[in-house]
Amino acid sequence: MEHAELEAQIDRWRGYVQRRQAISPADVDELEDHLREQVADRQATGLDDEEAFLVAIKRLGNLDAVSREFAREHSDRLWKQLVLMPEDPADAGAPPWRELAIVLALAVGAGLAVKAGLTWIEGGGVLARNLGLLVLPFLTGYFAWKRRLSARVVVGILVPFAVLAVVLNAYPFASGGSTELLAVLHAPVVLWLLAGIAYVGGRWRSDGRRMDFARFTGELVIYFTLLALGGAVLTGLTFAVLQLVGADLEPVLENWILPFAVPGALVVAAWLVEAKQNVVENIAPVLTRVFTPLTIAMLLAVLAVLAAVGGLAEVDRGLLILMDAILVLVLCLLLYAISARNSLAPPGVFDVLQLVLVAAALAVDAVMLMAMLTRIAEFGFSPNKIAALGLNLLLLIQLARTGWLTVGFLRGRRPFTALERWQTRYLPMYAVWAAVVVLAFPPLFGFA
Amino acid sequence: MRIDKELVAASATPLVLGILSDGDLYGYAILKRVGELSGGGMQWTDGMLYPLLHRLERLGYVSSSWGTSEAGRRRKHYAITPAGREAFADRQEQWTVVAEALRQVWHTAQRPPAVVQGWA
Repeated sequence: MEHAELEAQIDRWRGYVQRRQAISPADVDELEDHLREQVADRQATGLDDEEAFLVAIKRLGNLDAVSREFAREHSDRLWKQLVLMPEDPADAGAPPWRELAIVLALAVGAGLAVKAGLTWIEGGGVLARNLGLLVLPFLTGYFAWKRRLSARVVVGILVPFAVLAVVLNAYPFASGGSTELLAVLHAPVVLWLLAGIAYVGGRWRSDGRRMDFARFTGELVIYFTLLALGGAVLTGLTFAVLQLVGADLEPVLENWILPFAVPGALVVAAWLVEAKQNVVENIAPVLTRVFTPLTIAMLLAVLAVLAAVGGLAEVDRGLLILMDAILVLVLCLLLYAISARNSLAPPGVFDVLQLVLVAAALAVDAVMLMAMLTRIAEFGFSPNKIAALGLNLLLLIQLARTGWLTVGFLRGRRPFTALERWQTRYLPMYAVWAAVVVLAFPPLFGFA
Repeated sequence: MRIDKELVAASATPLVLGILSDGDLYGYAILKRVGELSGGGMQWTDGMLYPLLHRLERLGYVSSSWGTSEAGRRRKHYAITPAGREAFADRQEQWTVVAEALRQVWHTAQRPPAVVQGWA
């Protein structure tokens, strides 16, 4: 083994490169192949192992610069890098305990805001309208702090927030009217967009950052669910024990634990997603692979039932709303699957499955649209119907284009990025529509 | 001779696409070809080629596949796609315009600037 020393050197180099988050193991293989070729060529010109290795390493370039270039190209990997490895611990500023302290303070703050709302705001409708306004500033504030937003971006977030707060509280909503319910349902979407602007650090034009936010949203849901499950188990056990000794926990649970735990868990979940992306990242593709076939089965079952029932005009309004919820869920799953997928991987079985999902969702959406149009033709317009119709049209456009681009990708005509870009560019449309529903619908329909 | 970083960066994409349109290659062979074509005048930082190749792949200009080298190592080969050929043709047109303009500038610059001499 005369080249043992060279092999050991290459091994050490590999280990060193592998530590870079932006360079994937496959990329290291590729670079190693390059390095070995270069070494072999240098040896052929008469250099010894050591010299050849040194020349090859030098020609490969400064690893920091190369790694940065990889990170710029593979921003999904950069996403990990951003949080897990602050470039320079010295100037990264906040030590870990400070971040934790801020997160906990914000979580408690969100809890206090909700508790204050529960205590002082009278009337269920008013409280429901304000719930998002009470919680989301804390989440947005965390990102504003974390990303060190510029003053311009902060103003850009605060102004729409203020407008939303004024509108939600100053509009003379008829109690229990449908425009109020619509505003309650749509305001969080607008607020979520504002949180997204803070999340991307004001770089809202960047497709890559938008995709990061989609990924973040999916992961937040997972973490929040996990926290909620754990919390439910703990509370349940405490409940049971206290009941045995004759103490009733229910008022405490209702008045204190839930108002603090739910908004607090949201903020903590956001922090967990930021800090522990690596953990969930391995689950995301698995989850989407499990749920895509299941969702297809669900959509097909729904389609079959709808077809069997016939006479769509008589379909209950509740069903239409439920179906909208299902379609939104399908879309979230689709988006999450796309964000979790490696955009360079060649088309595979799962992409075909995804296309089937899109096709099934399109079919359901078409049926829904038919049902809605029939209802509108028969009973006339109402704010609910227009809001549902608008959402359905938005979904239809997104699904149709997604299907079209997926076909192109499967046939090798288009890169996967075309599909990604379409999703990220289209997403703000939902917030725009939600803003229209919140701002314009109530005056248009007389606050009924 | 050292060539400006910006110039290297601007010419890298058409060079790689042009080299790949002659046939599939792997990274190291592409770099060797660049060296040959420029008579050794263009020296890239080797490591930078790969992010570039990955970007071209993301844009759909090239496709890649894993194979094995003669020595039995994993090796990634790159091939140009129809979209890549289109992009290459497009770049070629752009560069032709630039090269033609530069050629005329070189031509006029080589003549002695008579007027200026008169003032000197």
